[in-house]
Amino acid sequence: MVVILGIDPVSVIGGTVAVALFGILAGLVFMGVERKFAAHMQARIGPPIRQPFRDVAKLLSKDSIVPENAIPLLFNMAPVLALASSIVILLYIPLGGFLPVLAGYGDLILVMYLLTVPALALVAGGFASGSPYATVGSQREMVTMMSYELPLAIAVIAIAWRLAAAGIADPFSLATIAGTATGITVWSVAGPLGIIGFLLLLIVLAWVTPAELSRVPCDTPEAETELCGGLLVEYSGRNLALFYLAQGVKTVAMAALAVALFLPWNISWYVALSPNAALVADFAFFLLKLMAVIFFSVSVIRVGMARFRITHVVSIYWGYLGGLGLLGLLCVVLDAYIGGGGML
Amino acid sequence: MSEDSKNKATFNVPIGPVHPALKEPILFTFKMDGEMVEEVDFAPGKCHRGIEWMGMRRNPVQIVHLTDRICGICGVSHSLAFAKAVEQIAEIEVPERAHYVRAIIAEYERIQSHLLWAGVAAHELGFDTLFFLAWRVREESMDVIEYLTGNRVNYGIIQVGGVRRDFTEDQFPRIEASLQYYEDIAGKLLNLFLEDKTIQIRCKNCGVMSKREALELCTVGPTARASGVAMDVRYDSPYAAYGDLDFAPVLPHQYLGLTNGDVYDRIVVRLLEVVQSIDLIRQCLANMPPGEVLWEKKYPKILAACKKATGEAVGRVEAPRGECLHYVRMDGNPNPQTWKVKASTYSNQMSWLKMLKGEQIADIPIVVASIDPCMSCTDRVAVVRHGRTDILTKADLHRLSVEKTRRLAQWS
Repeated sequence: MVVILGIDPVSVIGGTVAVALFGILAGLVFMGVERKFAAHMQARIGPPIRQPFRDVAKLLSKDSIVPENAIPLLFNMAPVLALASSIVILLYIPLGGFLPVLAGYGDLILVMYLLTVPALALVAGGFASGSPYATVGSQREMVTMMSYELPLAIAVIAIAWRLAAAGIADPFSLATIAGTATGITVWSVAGPLGIIGFLLLLIVLAWVTPAELSRVPCDTPEAETELCGGLLVEYSGRNLALFYLAQGVKTVAMAALAVALFLPWNISWYVALSPNAALVADFAFFLLKLMAVIFFSVSVIRVGMARFRITHVVSIYWGYLGGLGLLGLLCVVLDAYIGGGGML
Repeated sequence: MSEDSKNKATFNVPIGPVHPALKEPILFTFKMDGEMVEEVDFAPGKCHRGIEWMGMRRNPVQIVHLTDRICGICGVSHSLAFAKAVEQIAEIEVPERAHYVRAIIAEYERIQSHLLWAGVAAHELGFDTLFFLAWRVREESMDVIEYLTGNRVNYGIIQVGGVRRDFTEDQFPRIEASLQYYEDIAGKLLNLFLEDKTIQIRCKNCGVMSKREALELCTVGPTARASGVAMDVRYDSPYAAYGDLDFAPVLPHQYLGLTNGDVYDRIVVRLLEVVQSIDLIRQCLANMPPGEVLWEKKYPKILAACKKATGEAVGRVEAPRGECLHYVRMDGNPNPQTWKVKASTYSNQMSWLKMLKGEQIADIPIVVASIDPCMSCTDRVAVVRHGRTDILTKADLHRLSVEKTRRLAQWS
């Protein structure tokens, strides 16, 4: 086996390809299912579940138009960057019983940075489009990004800190947080107060998800009735298909992150299974958890709300959700003191 | 940063002629300062179809069906206003029962129009669930309209001298069932639209127009009433059966206790008018007198009466969007000498400039939609010179009207 810089290239490349395929396929399937859920909640029939696949196939067969006053290089690079970075996020997140492909080469902090890259690619693409709608959309996307960063960071830090307080080594590693190998999770180390804190943080993360994914009520950057699609207004054909795929992969990545942080349980922890059966069962359960996260933090929220004004996004995410996150963090900290976590 | 934003150059955002926020073509040009609207200009006239030109080459019995097609939503208002004007010129007396039939169908039209608008407003706010709900609820009125007139749109029920179909006793249970349906769901609709937090934060204090401004800008209909102007053609100069009915113009303070003149108040007024329409239809059904529904069954006789008529008249009707006015002048020929339509949006559209100034981009769609614009009704003129669209200035219009007055004076 060839090992370069501590990495086994064959398994990493194979793993990356597998994760990329999984991300794209799961993204499209989940988008289809999500649309169906939303349609039924709105008393509609909705498109068939394979509709996103058809959309992508159709888009790929269409011409990609580059507007006259766009910056072609940046304009064409942005969708590739968005898709690539979305897939990279998945490489750092445990998928069911599988450890992250790049476990040990990056932790939660890196994932947080990576989460901003697809959004930045969208912003760059929007500014490069040379359209006033896209420009306004890009400005809004940046503001949205700054708004949800604080509550997201609080939720993430609280978990890692609680694990550290409980004396667990390498608390920022997602494999540790998800307890893939050990079966130890934040829920098992926290006391009652900590559990209340984590529930608050779970709510915060559920609300960060639609902002991260630019869905209603935070679809202000795209806002079809205001900006006719905003950032994406000038995109068509292959480029739009790439953004569409990136959106799907990002949905999976965001849901997988939420699962890893807050819903880490695996079936194999509770039921004795042969190693292969355990992998399959854990993975199926993982997909179920992804679906549940997408249902509650994307479908339910988007069906039940109107779009925010961009100023509301800022005040709600900084004020209400930031406050709620800090309250959750306070609960977690108090819990650590009361419980006398290992380090304290 | 603060210096940057002070020196930030404004930029123009065109919205239209075709844009997802607009249901009909019109071109807005916004001068934006960041997310804030600094100046607004708009150019209607993208939806001109020359209906008046067609009408002036036809006789009133034909035109009445053309008026239905001016607008897909408030067709009855147009045909009613036109029929009223012609009836006044030709001194045709409309049977009492026909007045009641006209009022019932006009109120059904109001219900479906306001619910359509409510759905559009929800969509503009990005609240698609409410949009689907409102349009599903609207279907009931469409079904009843189809049941009563045979058509879902362009009902073709109004005729000069009455109506073409009677609403008979055996149809009343179906009507009553639909009224019951709306009565049951009205509370839910009011609750969903008016108590929802996201709708409140988006619509309250947005697109504000004071009572004074509403009067100065000559706004009409729900747009004016939402600013506290108690004005309703049905109440002020009753036509059809409205003189016999017991009602008063809907004003937002009846529900909220105060009038802000914002988008929220416009939602309040329109939803309350749906509730009011239910009551008006009930009153009509209860008081409907027996008798004929058409002045004369033989159309040639109606035509002959119109042919003999000379004179001019104005027909005014409270359309769902406000006052709809038809001016007709007959000179003893089968076709009218002049026919002019002034729809409610024509009066309301200038309020956009006031309402949009200082608002955010996010509020443009809902503020534009809040007057329930209908460009098909409004666009009555398209200026084409040398094969290109052109603009008439105030001086041009003055010159043209002086010329026309002289011409009319010569004829009479």
